[in-house]
Amino acid sequence: MVDATANDPQIVNEPQVADAGTLKAQLARATRRQKLMALGLTAPLVLFVLISFVYPIGAMLVRGFYDTQVQQILPNTAKVIGNWNGEGLPDEEVWEAFVQDMQVGAQEKTIGKFALRLNFVLPGTRSLVMSSARKVKRADLSEVENFQEYLTDIKEKWGEREVWAVIQRLSDSIQYDYYANAIDMRINADGDFVMQPEKQRIYVTLFIRTLWMSALVMGVCLVLAYPLAYWLSVLPMRISNLLMIMVLLPFWTSLLVRTTAWISLLQEQGIINDIIVGLGIVGDESRVRMIYNEMGTIIAMTHILLPFMILPLYSVMRTIPPSYMRAARSLGATQLTAFVRVFMPQTAAGVGAGSLLVFILCIGFYITPALVGGQRGQLISNLIAAHIQTTQNWSLAAALGAILLAGVLICYWLYNKLIGVDNMKLG
Amino acid sequence: MAGNGASGDYAVRFEAVQKSYDGEILVVKDLNLDIARGEFLTMLGPSGSGKTTCLMMLAGFEPATHGEIFLNDNPINNVPPHRRGIGMVFQNYALFPHMSVAENLAFPLQVRKMNKSDTEARVKRALEMVELGAFGGRRPAQLSGGQQQRVAVARALVFEPDLVLMDEPLGALDKQLREQMQYEIKHIHENLGVTVVYVTHDQSEALTMSNRIAVFNDGVIQQLSSPEDLYEHPDKSFVAQFIGENNKLHGTITKIDGKKSCEVALDDGQTVKALPVNIAGVGEKTMLSLRPERVVVNPKRGECPSVMDAKIEELIYLGDHIRTRMRVGDHDDFIVKVPNTYGHEPLKEGAKTKIGWHTEDARALDWYTGTIDPGMDD
Repeated sequence: MVDATANDPQIVNEPQVADAGTLKAQLARATRRQKLMALGLTAPLVLFVLISFVYPIGAMLVRGFYDTQVQQILPNTAKVIGNWNGEGLPDEEVWEAFVQDMQVGAQEKTIGKFALRLNFVLPGTRSLVMSSARKVKRADLSEVENFQEYLTDIKEKWGEREVWAVIQRLSDSIQYDYYANAIDMRINADGDFVMQPEKQRIYVTLFIRTLWMSALVMGVCLVLAYPLAYWLSVLPMRISNLLMIMVLLPFWTSLLVRTTAWISLLQEQGIINDIIVGLGIVGDESRVRMIYNEMGTIIAMTHILLPFMILPLYSVMRTIPPSYMRAARSLGATQLTAFVRVFMPQTAAGVGAGSLLVFILCIGFYITPALVGGQRGQLISNLIAAHIQTTQNWSLAAALGAILLAGVLICYWLYNKLIGVDNMKLG
Repeated sequence: MAGNGASGDYAVRFEAVQKSYDGEILVVKDLNLDIARGEFLTMLGPSGSGKTTCLMMLAGFEPATHGEIFLNDNPINNVPPHRRGIGMVFQNYALFPHMSVAENLAFPLQVRKMNKSDTEARVKRALEMVELGAFGGRRPAQLSGGQQQRVAVARALVFEPDLVLMDEPLGALDKQLREQMQYEIKHIHENLGVTVVYVTHDQSEALTMSNRIAVFNDGVIQQLSSPEDLYEHPDKSFVAQFIGENNKLHGTITKIDGKKSCEVALDDGQTVKALPVNIAGVGEKTMLSLRPERVVVNPKRGECPSVMDAKIEELIYLGDHIRTRMRVGDHDDFIVKVPNTYGHEPLKEGAKTKIGWHTEDARALDWYTGTIDPGMDD
């Protein structure tokens, strides 16, 4: 390039450009240092995010459908049961492998988990497995000639095709039971998805409650934040900055403290009840129940999430020059018309960003509903936590979490369709 | 209705209007101004001179703290902006970004509950007036600065107001476009016959477009006249310095010879003649205002009653004229424009020469010591 122009310095209007390939190579060489530096600077954060965020979430998502528990308890059976075509009863090699696995499992006390898992699909099979395992535990299997007869002698139920079909399915490493379970369904012995019995359906209700309570909190936040943000945006910078610190003040306090503060305010012997009883609005015996139910959750969550709504609204409103409203007024619009037709449409990006932020935070909220939600104010995240901590059913927790994540992604996608993520303005 | 009892054929009348934002300082002091129907009146002045405040009071966005504003002989102090029926073009156009150009233009008609077909026809006509007929479907952001400017003008006119206010509407455009838009606005004004009140700090804009110019400074109208008059016959030092280029000479009045002439002893000792315009009397300080193009270089004997020695400090060749900076008396910033005519006086840097002027070209004005920075941005 340099040579080309140097040969003929008079041609300045038509710079001689090397062919595209070399030019790209030159560009790459010229910017390599910068790229390496940028990479070096971002590497620590990328690594941190990968290790502490992407990997755990990925592992958890995989856990929702990838389950090798049965494979580990019944390694031999898992190897051979795949050959069975599902008709009639499995071959003798499967029976032999199963009895051997059962013996090992009984001795190592792992068979109970398999019994539970089987019982989960085929109710009533837990005792079948456990009582059989007790018998097999001390038996000398070398004397057994026909394992199928041996097992059906112990329990006649082993002769049912259904049991083996389920065992075959459970030996697979990919399991959909947890997802089915997370939407109040189960996979029956034939591999079909069926609804759970009425009494055991809890998750769908909880998902719906989570969604509508999130929507409600979002709505209340919007209604409360919009006028405040507008007011802040029209005040002189000096005053609005001061008031903005007030809005942000709660962030300097622990979430736990803010939530428990609501307990002392809202509980039946709390400050608010004391006041209304003191004023004689309600009697001492009929104190209002404002906490440990949906109301408590909604009040506390609205309070906690309000700044997340105010900030994007404020930042968008600040950028709207007052001349727009003036222009609308001078063109003949009343204050109200000007506000609704000129000001409000321009805040759409802020409304969208704030609503999305609050809604997504709500969907996954845990501490507040756990503390002030009582039984009826629990959200899906509380149940996920329960499955992680109490029932140890991590796979079900993973399935619930994945559905929640999918919900959030759908919200995000919808938002992008309606408003466009590029227009999002946060703080 | 009007305090002084006079009610004439005026579009706008300011009567003893005052405005203070903080309750301490008056930004507009006792403003009295009549604007005739169909007039193009420009409020010109440096930033902070009160011109925009006057416009905002007229539009209804700022209340006057004293006095009354009349619109077509009706007091409007208590009329809200949307009921005043005044079109307004804002500094940054204030086109609604979420509406298309056509929707922007339809807005004032829709809020007036005009039916759909009439609205469409009016919008179409307004767009054609500003030569943007094909741009109705675009968003303001998709238009160039000049096109946005035209849309803003069309929007302020589409509901056919009697009065249109323009608040530095060309400030955001580049020089060439600004000049072009000046002519377009001038022509629209002439064709439609609306009354225009135009605010600017750009004197060339004011001179190009206006019927009359009100020069504001310090909350007071310094002079209200036609463009020619303002330039040729400034009454005050501020006006002389704010409009056009001006040479000032400081001195003291020593003698007044009627209305046509007076003698001034300059601070460096010379005595010259000038036209008494705005002087307090003999013995008082005065400031002579002399336009650079009215200075005669090397005058013939007897041509000019006042002649002074000068030294050429700097020559700038500008094609049509040669801008010459001279040292005259104790000033070294005396500017003379020497027209590039056939056989004009040859000039050389460092050479000594004489300058002179006709008595009526040197205007003896009030003593003004404030600094003036014309053409600056707000």
